[in-house]
Amino acid sequence: MGASAINIVIGGEAGQGLVTVGEFLSRALVRAGYAIVVTQDYQSRIRGGHNTFAIRADSGPVTAPTEAIDLLVALSAETLDIHKASLTARGLAVADAAVGLGGLPGLAVPYKELSPRPLYENMAALGVLGALLCLDPAWITGLVREKFASKGEAVVAANTAVFQAALAWAAAQQASFACLPPPPRRGKRLMLHGNEAIALGGLAAGVDFCSFYPMTPGTSVIQACIDHADRLGTVCEQAEDEIAALIMALGASYAGARPLVSTSGGGFALMVEGVSLAGMLETPVTIVVAQRPGPATGLPTRTEQADLDLVLHAGHGEFPRAVFAPGTVEQCFHLAHKAVDTAERFQSPVFLLTDQFLADSYRDVAPFDLDALPPVPRPLTDVADPGGYERYAVTDSGVSPRLVPGLCPATVVCDSDEHTPDGHITEDLAVRRTMQDKRMRKAAGLAAAALPPDVHGDPDGATLLACWGSTLGAALEAAECLRQRGEKAAVLHFGQVWPLVPDAFLPVLARAARTVMVEGNGVGQLARLLRRETGAVFDGLVTRYDGLPFTAAYILERL
Amino acid sequence: MVTESDYGEFETAWCPGCGNFSIRQAVVRALVELGLPPHKVVFSSGIGQAAKAPHYIRVNTFNGLHGRSLPAATGIKLANPELTVFAESGDGCSYGEGGNHFLAAIRRNIDITAIVHDNQVYGLTKGQASPTTPKGQITKTQPHGAPSNAFNPVAVAVAMGAGFVARGFAGAIDHLAGLIVAGVRHPGFSLIDVLQPCVSFNKVNTFAWYKQRCYELGDDHDPTDPRAAMERANEWGERIPIGVLWRSDRPAFAAGAVAPLAGRETAMGRLREIVDGYA
Ligand SMILES: Cc1ncc(C[n+]2csc(CCOP(=O)(O)OP(=O)(O)O)c2C)c(N)n1
Ligand code: SF4
Repeated sequence: MGASAINIVIGGEAGQGLVTVGEFLSRALVRAGYAIVVTQDYQSRIRGGHNTFAIRADSGPVTAPTEAIDLLVALSAETLDIHKASLTARGLAVADAAVGLGGLPGLAVPYKELSPRPLYENMAALGVLGALLCLDPAWITGLVREKFASKGEAVVAANTAVFQAALAWAAAQQASFACLPPPPRRGKRLMLHGNEAIALGGLAAGVDFCSFYPMTPGTSVIQACIDHADRLGTVCEQAEDEIAALIMALGASYAGARPLVSTSGGGFALMVEGVSLAGMLETPVTIVVAQRPGPATGLPTRTEQADLDLVLHAGHGEFPRAVFAPGTVEQCFHLAHKAVDTAERFQSPVFLLTDQFLADSYRDVAPFDLDALPPVPRPLTDVADPGGYERYAVTDSGVSPRLVPGLCPATVVCDSDEHTPDGHITEDLAVRRTMQDKRMRKAAGLAAAALPPDVHGDPDGATLLACWGSTLGAALEAAECLRQRGEKAAVLHFGQVWPLVPDAFLPVLARAARTVMVEGNGVGQLARLLRRETGAVFDGLVTRYDGLPFTAAYILERL
Repeated sequence: MVTESDYGEFETAWCPGCGNFSIRQAVVRALVELGLPPHKVVFSSGIGQAAKAPHYIRVNTFNGLHGRSLPAATGIKLANPELTVFAESGDGCSYGEGGNHFLAAIRRNIDITAIVHDNQVYGLTKGQASPTTPKGQITKTQPHGAPSNAFNPVAVAVAMGAGFVARGFAGAIDHLAGLIVAGVRHPGFSLIDVLQPCVSFNKVNTFAWYKQRCYELGDDHDPTDPRAAMERANEWGERIPIGVLWRSDRPAFAAGAVAPLAGRETAMGRLREIVDGYA
């Protein structure tokens, strides 16, 4: 992160429109060519409280949030109090003139004068920010036009007028030392958060069925699918509970749909019986678990990475599965696609572990190349010998020909009880062994298809920061800081946490001078898993479970 | 032409004399009358003795988990509206473990026919009280008598304005087959609660007990009159009505696929536009 990076924190009460300001500004910055990482911190309430929308922007790459604040946009007096200690030496505050700056350097904005109605104060805030950042106003006015076009020209004009007035006012204050250096020219970028990217990756893999029961921060995956359902013909149903959501997805999958289910830990706990059912029925299903702090309802709107053990062990009995853990918004897209593909290919439950931080974190990403995605196999709609069709025919790979019922004269029988190759309930214990062996043989295929962890930097004699999921960005920045101090540092990131590919990472661990696992939980769940599976022991462990995402500073302080 | 033999013959795990046999016969008779070939029909079932029924009929079968026949059936119907979808299970499965799904299916009014083998006891787990066991009835695990009021599924379904609510009796096979046919033809959710003697664990509600009490509703019962329907749904004791208790013309749930999802290709062109829209 260059010195050109700026961290803008917009804080205020829920319901004051800080997300609107944050999203507008983020999108304008991305369109102008800047890189961003957004962190949304909010309380579990609809109005009041104290929330922040933090945008870290840079003309070069940016990978993680930071605590230090360069521009503090306070929509409430409380914001100034809470965050003033984090203001950097060059930091500025922007607050309502009616409230005052509490002695901080910055701009006291006469919102009441600039905005004829409180409704437009968002636009006034954007005008001030645009001026301070020296952002070409066209990026914001263009967005205003897009956003309000459907509400009529008058609404567009009223919003634009407030924006322009605030811009002019701020320019006259000569307080523009927060100016961002112009970004390098680069191609078009998209702006989306992790959950949107997961939805798009799933849809690109042919997801056509979503069943869900709302639970933060899992819901926005399905929300994104619903937003596009009318155009794509995706079937989306809000189930009566999570148990029904997953079982419904399995029914749909059996009948030929390609389902995506999304929830958080508490909801996933209810789905667990369905995970076992998917294992037994050998029915593909992709389940997104957006982690938040537990146990139980925990901190509903904060972040954590403590459900790895749950997802890894969810379900009674033994059956193969795969667990992906994207570290970036790009990976959210690509690993969602890969998860759906894996579920279809191996007829197994497949998981995508994300968390509140990544779920809500807007980033700039290069447009996804849909044509480059590998095709996802479809189930059979016909078989040569309908009378002889066996849903669970015993095969070397453990994967049996999966026929969709109703489209040809064969019948498709599946059963949660142990069953014969033709799907019928059995208590023949020799058949039990055969079928259990058949199912477990899929584990070898899943392992062969598993993604090895990514190595960033040179691990030789280095401090190696290992991590999984959304911790990647902070670990990368921490390693970069170490290198700038003249120390050797590298990062090992697990984008897939099960099955493991020991050959791909044991040599990397061996080459490092010091290995440190960085995880968003208290006990080091991945570190324990690696130790159990491979005997590898880490020299150090950095954990975080206070509900906030990792930052480079947090990691560096604990190394 | 579909005949009974299309639906196969199987060895069952049911006790000799069990009411499940006649229910199976009625189901097959109904499928033949409906002219449905086996591969166009899906039975989703839960867990229990009744839930094994689809294994004893040659049809597409999704024999899932205890209490979950309805959500699975719902997913199947949403993914392929061309299938005729049944949920078949016991009273414990359908009204106990699956109680919330039962209410949701009625609210959704999804076009599924639920056949509940109501033997007023848990059969497979050997005779514990089920939601429909009358209060006070003694069982092995309720030695002082079932402590809670019995659940009345048909009255609840009528009260919720379900699509189609009928009560059948395993001892009246043709009558029951007729109810199943009517239930399938009804667009929307159909409940057919079937009084089913369990010869092993329910020594009170026997074949003879039901034979004496069950009477067929005649033309004088108007199944579209909510008051009459509720009165008949609550009639239990010396006389027990069987037949269509209630029918409504509520539109069936329509938010599913309009054609089998299995045959559909992803609209990549549209998806490309959607992805570009995130700029
Ligand atoms: C989650 C779960 N809980 C409990 C059981 C044990 N169980 C199997 S069948 C059954 C009750 C079945 O009763 P009912 O639905 O009335 O069917 P019947 O056997 O009487 O036909 C129970 C409790 C189970 N299989 N799964
Ligand atoms: S236990 Fe009862 S319900 Fe089950 S098969 Fe035997 S008689 Fe029938």
